Amino acid sequence: MEERPENVVDVIEDLSREVKRAGLQNTQSTLRDIHVTTPPQVTAEQQKVLFSHKGGEDGTQEEQMESPLPNVAELAFYLEQAGVGLGREETYRVFLALKQLVDTQPLQHCRFWGKILGTENSYLVAEVEFREGEEDEEDALDEAGEDEEREIISFPKSTYKPPPVVPKENNGTGANKFTYFVCREPGLPWVRLPPVTPAQVTVARKIRKFFTGRLDAPIVSYPPFPGNEANYLRAQIARISASTQASPLGFYQFVEEEGEEEEDSSRISFEENPDFEGIPVSELANSLSNWVHHVQYILPQGRCTWINLAEKPEEEEDPEEEKEEEPDEPEPEVGPPLLTPLSEDAEINNTPPWSCKVSSSIISKFAIAVLCSNLWPGAYAFACGKTFENIYIGWGSKFLAEGYNPPVPPPPQSEYPSGPDITEAADPSLEEEQALKAALEEQRESQEEMEDAEGDEDEEDDD
Amino acid sequence: MDSACLNYALDLTAGGGLTLTCEQRAALQTSLLVIKVNYKFSRVLFWGKILGLKNDYFIAQGVAADEMKAKKILYSLNCTEWHLLPPVTAPLLAYASTLNGRFTGDPSFEYEHMETRQQGEMEITADSKVKVNEEQRVAAVVLTIDREASVVPRGAFTRTPDGAVQTNRSFEGLSWSEAIKLSNYYHFTEPQAVKKTRLLDMTRLDPSLDYLDSLTEDIPKGSWSLQLEKGSSVVVLRSLFWLGLTFFHVPTTPQHGYIYMGDGLKNIDLPFML
Repeated sequence: MEERPENVVDVIEDLSREVKRAGLQNTQSTLRDIHVTTPPQVTAEQQKVLFSHKGGEDGTQEEQMESPLPNVAELAFYLEQAGVGLGREETYRVFLALKQLVDTQPLQHCRFWGKILGTENSYLVAEVEFREGEEDEEDALDEAGEDEEREIISFPKSTYKPPPVVPKENNGTGANKFTYFVCREPGLPWVRLPPVTPAQVTVARKIRKFFTGRLDAPIVSYPPFPGNEANYLRAQIARISASTQASPLGFYQFVEEEGEEEEDSSRISFEENPDFEGIPVSELANSLSNWVHHVQYILPQGRCTWINLAEKPEEEEDPEEEKEEEPDEPEPEVGPPLLTPLSEDAEINNTPPWSCKVSSSIISKFAIAVLCSNLWPGAYAFACGKTFENIYIGWGSKFLAEGYNPPVPPPPQSEYPSGPDITEAADPSLEEEQALKAALEEQRESQEEMEDAEGDEDEEDDD
Repeated sequence: MDSACLNYALDLTAGGGLTLTCEQRAALQTSLLVIKVNYKFSRVLFWGKILGLKNDYFIAQGVAADEMKAKKILYSLNCTEWHLLPPVTAPLLAYASTLNGRFTGDPSFEYEHMETRQQGEMEITADSKVKVNEEQRVAAVVLTIDREASVVPRGAFTRTPDGAVQTNRSFEGLSWSEAIKLSNYYHFTEPQAVKKTRLLDMTRLDPSLDYLDSLTEDIPKGSWSLQLEKGSSVVVLRSLFWLGLTFFHVPTTPQHGYIYMGDGLKNIDLPFML
């Protein structure tokens, strides 16, 4: 009162708060502290491994120089100009995770393929090629048991012959050219995806599902998908790669071998063109014919190279419906050859399959050419001078102009030949019944008369 | 999301794969400030971008006194020149929902449409051509997405007794245990569904906070994907109906916002895809 301070109320407020705090302070608690772990703490523990340095030896540095680790940071720099990216820190985490993969596996080639979003978790996908001879032969997942199931249900005997299974392509060729590793979160272990089978590709074309983020989740769909989510993921990766991986014209060239016999079949391998000069950005952005596919087209059969199933004597039917009419000599399916310009891609419902842009209109001197696929939303490619790269970040489903129509089930097989003896007759109406009754009555009467007549005769005879 | 912390927020929502280029970010920071002054908005939200075949539409929203109503929507093709979108009428909204092609990127592109009307019991069909240009379609789509998929965490906005919606200045973010539950996120639009909560549950609701519809009431169940990203430091919600709508919230901080970056088409195949 004597001091007459200006902010009396505030002082009282502060005092009151102090008093309250003193009153509430818990000094003699015997309860144990509850340790609550929040999700960031868990993830931080997992990701700590990524940041650990491995000694300071000279040997490791040399090894790192030779390792096939891609420059993800450079990729991210270009992609950001295209308006695509995961954010800088996240990209660096992906970079570290890829380094972990390269360190643990004997790889010859490694590339960050992209990211597939799921409902519960997302997948980071790495595209790798093993060093020759060092690839472990075992496949991650083997599907057996379908045939067993069929055999168990063997009564009554079904006359249905399943169409012959199209054999899958060997590792290192066609749709299985690369091996893919996925990981949910940087720091978690990378999981190798099983090779794709043609049946999975053909079914994946007919269904439309979201990924959940669990590799062992079942795919509930019609037509039934052979395999679980890991197989579906692999099939979609194969489809996306086949239709969206593009490179500037002239970057790759075919390997010209001397003993080349058939042109169409052996044109599978290509190499980097050492004389590639780079195409000016403005030309790349204006014309789709300056971009070419460098991944093989997957045929309707589900393979990149067509295989004649009719050659085997006991299996005459071809799985393709179009071919069933002429089972003797199925025409080989031919897709567009490798390194076809994108301008030859088909339109889907008046939507052009690709959009080309220049990244910047203000500073066009240093801009890059950006190509984005409208068929697979999320697939992007960029090119700048001699560098180019493809990436896919999206939900893993194709663009459909119309709503999705699930295929209808096939008509049921007829159980036995229908004939007059098993055909059900319509019930007679009342009039018909009465007419029949009357007719029967007449017949009986006439018969009786006849009998009576005969009887009379008999009686007469007897008498 | 608020244009003031655009860079920070863009980094958090980038998990979906789309961001803005440096050029666009720089241009937005300049031009959004200019429109805030020119249109006398209390704050400007960067709403997102709609991908077109040739050009992309960048959308911004201006907020006046009420946070929920009376938002003005502007669009731009180059992040610098902004134009107001035309008002949306009910027939336009209904018509725009039937269009299923991609946006072209040309605001004056016209969609033609034959409308058939049936009058009374006699089937008198009157064909009339309705012309809708793409500018109107963008306006309709932005409004639809805002109605169906705009998200706020519980408690971020309060309703005053006179009905105005304001930012809650004492909102400190959801706790970690709350943040991973979908029921704590609300649609930021006028409540559509009639509340069917039990009386017992009603007692826990706070009329100034729980005046909105919860995301858990959406049909079908599972039309939202809740994930932790960036080393599990941020909660990210993605709408599966409007692929490209990303909401972020950093738990225990008041940071939240949503952005739409997609092709502006509703994913009507969702029931098959779950």
